[in-house]
Amino acid sequence: MSAAIAAAKSGVEAVVLDENERPGGQLFKQIHKFFGSREHGAGTRGMDIGRQLLEDAEKFKVEVWSNAVVWGIFGGPQLGINYQQKVSKLEAKKVLLATGAYENSLAFAGWTLPGVMGAGAAQTMINIHRVLPGRRVLMVGAGNVGLIIAYQILQAGAQVLAVVEALPYIGGYGVHASKLRKCGVPILTNHTIKEAVGEDRVERAVVAEVDSNLKIKAGTEKSLDVDTIHMAVGLTPMAELAWLAGCQFSHIPELGGQVPLHDEDMLTTVDGIYVAGDLTGIEEAHTATEEGKLAGIAVSESLGYLGNQEALLLKQEVRADLKALRKGPFGEKRRKAKAKIIEERKSICRGP
Amino acid sequence: MRIETHPILGKRGRKRRVVIEFDGEMIEAEEGEPIAAALMAVGISVFYYTKKNGDPRGLFCAIGRCSDCSMIVDGIPNTRTCVTPVRAGMKIETQHGIGEWKLNQ
Repeated sequence: MSAAIAAAKSGVEAVVLDENERPGGQLFKQIHKFFGSREHGAGTRGMDIGRQLLEDAEKFKVEVWSNAVVWGIFGGPQLGINYQQKVSKLEAKKVLLATGAYENSLAFAGWTLPGVMGAGAAQTMINIHRVLPGRRVLMVGAGNVGLIIAYQILQAGAQVLAVVEALPYIGGYGVHASKLRKCGVPILTNHTIKEAVGEDRVERAVVAEVDSNLKIKAGTEKSLDVDTIHMAVGLTPMAELAWLAGCQFSHIPELGGQVPLHDEDMLTTVDGIYVAGDLTGIEEAHTATEEGKLAGIAVSESLGYLGNQEALLLKQEVRADLKALRKGPFGEKRRKAKAKIIEERKSICRGP
Repeated sequence: MRIETHPILGKRGRKRRVVIEFDGEMIEAEEGEPIAAALMAVGISVFYYTKKNGDPRGLFCAIGRCSDCSMIVDGIPNTRTCVTPVRAGMKIETQHGIGEWKLNQ
């Protein structure tokens, strides 16, 4: 969305294709306040940022095609799409892929039982559709996703009996963990889920302690009386279209695994194809919108709607914002990992 | 279990109600919500049974990626109920195995 808005501001004809009922990705599920500095919208809820993007899209005449599935990408670039009950090809001068990420899952005995689902799935149901998947929840994973969604489950009126985390430490921000603790939710580090038990749905969960090799310690099993188990065990870039387009990838575990390489303008190794957001590495909303903006500016420049000088100034502003967003102990890892992408991209010669 | 009041989202707004059919029973749903949400709201968690072992499956990803929410909707099997909105008079059935296409008479 932010890329389309940035491009449209320069006069580029921008169309956003999204397979959902409305665009905005994860933003509308995010009812919590974001952190950061004031200019980065600290204190704003994701859902309000989403609303602002929709307003700006209308204001700058960005066309939005909802319920539009992009199933293929070909030379041109050309997109193969399903839209309004028709299969067709859409030609574009430039394409930006901002397809986000998908949730990882954890296989354990009984994981296929109804009642076991992704933490993001739970967030969609409670914050967008306002239905509770269950009343008594076990959260697996104490990264930010697990901690935040556990809290949102409390806000939605259900109970969280525990959060289990296999590592010896809590991966998410201390402030999220504190909120849960204040509500009496135990966060059990060095613990994992061993089994989900039930007939037609989860009736209880068995958790156990793990050793330093993440192997279950026999005899430490505890039974929890839950009807729902949510897994918050990481995200992986949803990169099918980038693969299909022939983009070069690199494996960077800190960013979620296989990520498409891009340069400082968010351009991949394929002419005309740009990437932004979680697709290029799991981060968060602000870096996603800033990367989108950067891509939008780069596209405008590439199409001749922005002069080089003007574009450079705008790009430098965004790059400064991105640098600021990746400061601090949590941001440092991401900053280094993103720099790796640009490094590797530089070392590849552009293909024919 | 619908969330009536919420500290951030406020009171649940009144949306138009529609009646849908699930395995012969009439259920009240909110217009436009995904089928999976309507079923979850009345406590239904099993959406289909696998072909091989007859194991129960329910909502998993809620984003249209995993097809664990597949059900027979208006005669069409393998419909992803987490991304399909309800319509008045819709007929939803628990799917067994890979389902079969019921041709219109």
